Amino acid sequence: MREIGGLDFKGKDVISINDLSRQEIDFILDKAEFIEKLDDGSKSTLLKGKIMASLFFEPSTRTKDSFNSAMTRLGGTIIGFDSDKSTSIKKGETVWDTAKMYNTYTDVIVMRHRVEGAARRAAEAASIPVINGGDGANQHPTQTLLDLYTIKKTQGRIEGLKVAMCGDLKYGRTVHSLAVALSHYGCRLYFVAPKSLKMPNYIQKELTKRGIVFSEHYNLEEVIPLADILYMTRIQKERFPDEAEYEKVSGIYILKSNMLKHAKENMKVMHPLPRVDEISTDVDETRHAVYFEQAANGIPVRQALLCLVLGRL
Amino acid sequence: MAEDRPYKLYKIVNGIVIDHIPRFQALKVIRVLGVDKDHDSIVSIGTNFSSGKMGNKDVIKIENKQLTDDELNKISIIAPTATINWIEKETLVKKHKVELPSILKGIVKCANPNCITRHEDMKTIFYPIRDNDVLRLRCHYCERTFDKEDVEII
Repeated sequence: MREIGGLDFKGKDVISINDLSRQEIDFILDKAEFIEKLDDGSKSTLLKGKIMASLFFEPSTRTKDSFNSAMTRLGGTIIGFDSDKSTSIKKGETVWDTAKMYNTYTDVIVMRHRVEGAARRAAEAASIPVINGGDGANQHPTQTLLDLYTIKKTQGRIEGLKVAMCGDLKYGRTVHSLAVALSHYGCRLYFVAPKSLKMPNYIQKELTKRGIVFSEHYNLEEVIPLADILYMTRIQKERFPDEAEYEKVSGIYILKSNMLKHAKENMKVMHPLPRVDEISTDVDETRHAVYFEQAANGIPVRQALLCLVLGRL
Repeated sequence: MAEDRPYKLYKIVNGIVIDHIPRFQALKVIRVLGVDKDHDSIVSIGTNFSSGKMGNKDVIKIENKQLTDDELNKISIIAPTATINWIEKETLVKKHKVELPSILKGIVKCANPNCITRHEDMKTIFYPIRDNDVLRLRCHYCERTFDKEDVEII
């Protein structure tokens, strides 16, 4: 097993945002910016001759296609599978054995699995780098990195910004990881959620330990004028043990364009997508909407990571 | 007076005395050591004794028993204040406090049913986190943190 340390990423795994220091995150974001500015011709040969294993044990649209597009545009090739219906997995092959096999076929593994800790397990089995594309409710580090990249790109900095997070703060892994990552940058955080979906105590404790100032709110409109970033999330029906509980909070926060009239000029609305009804489509046309650009930012961030762990950047 | 009563447990010739166990934790210690089910010699348990240091404590004496590193680690989770006395021929030959290691391998079962350690044949890895007097354990794989009462010692 290898941990990320220093700034030489060659051969390293990217499993959890918690493994990355501020310096390492900044380094990755700088490389993403560099790669985004490269012309298509220079990009197209960066990973020539390299093969990426795309091991998606559970379905994913955005992450899988974003990684595949990132790799293809850098001149690399892809093998793998996109559901647990593939032959060996159906036969009950372990994560350990699958990673051992693809270790011999490819140069880098990108993996998503519904079981938490699966990517770290794969990284122990494989000597080639493993990038976690999501392990259950645990980690999705490339999502957090593209969120940070989007914040930096739209605001020119991350340090000291005021970031509001709204919706399902209890089960949403993206907001958990983002809150912890933002603690490296001394951001002021606002958590907007009903009581049943508030930010878990263990995250709040961690933020307090790191000296981060945050507050909890029920009313979305009271934080809109304060924020530089408003991060909306979907309330996920599948997370609720009881449908009646879901009904109580479903549709509780719907951001509409008229709610943004007191927003700061620079304020940007983010969302990990897919959205259901938490951002009305009339927000798409405002200068505040940045969620589609956010999804597109997954490409340079994932390209930077692939190049870094393969020693090509 | 009650405070002056000496406490006595069955004297052992060879074995160990585990002293300064937090009160009502002795049975848990006996269970994780497996001597409640499989041990040929005497095991005596004293619970809720008066203690100058701790107020109340439990004590266990186990005859003809040595402790492995894994067993010491297990005791350190349940009874972080425990003292181990090693007895040979009725004489105390070694005495030390248990020490919580910085990493626990294969000692604790993860309480998260969706953790990879519950799905594949592998050893768990946990990191103890001390939060004032509360001990929490963080899983290396699923990264969740549990109160020690919520995890099962293997």
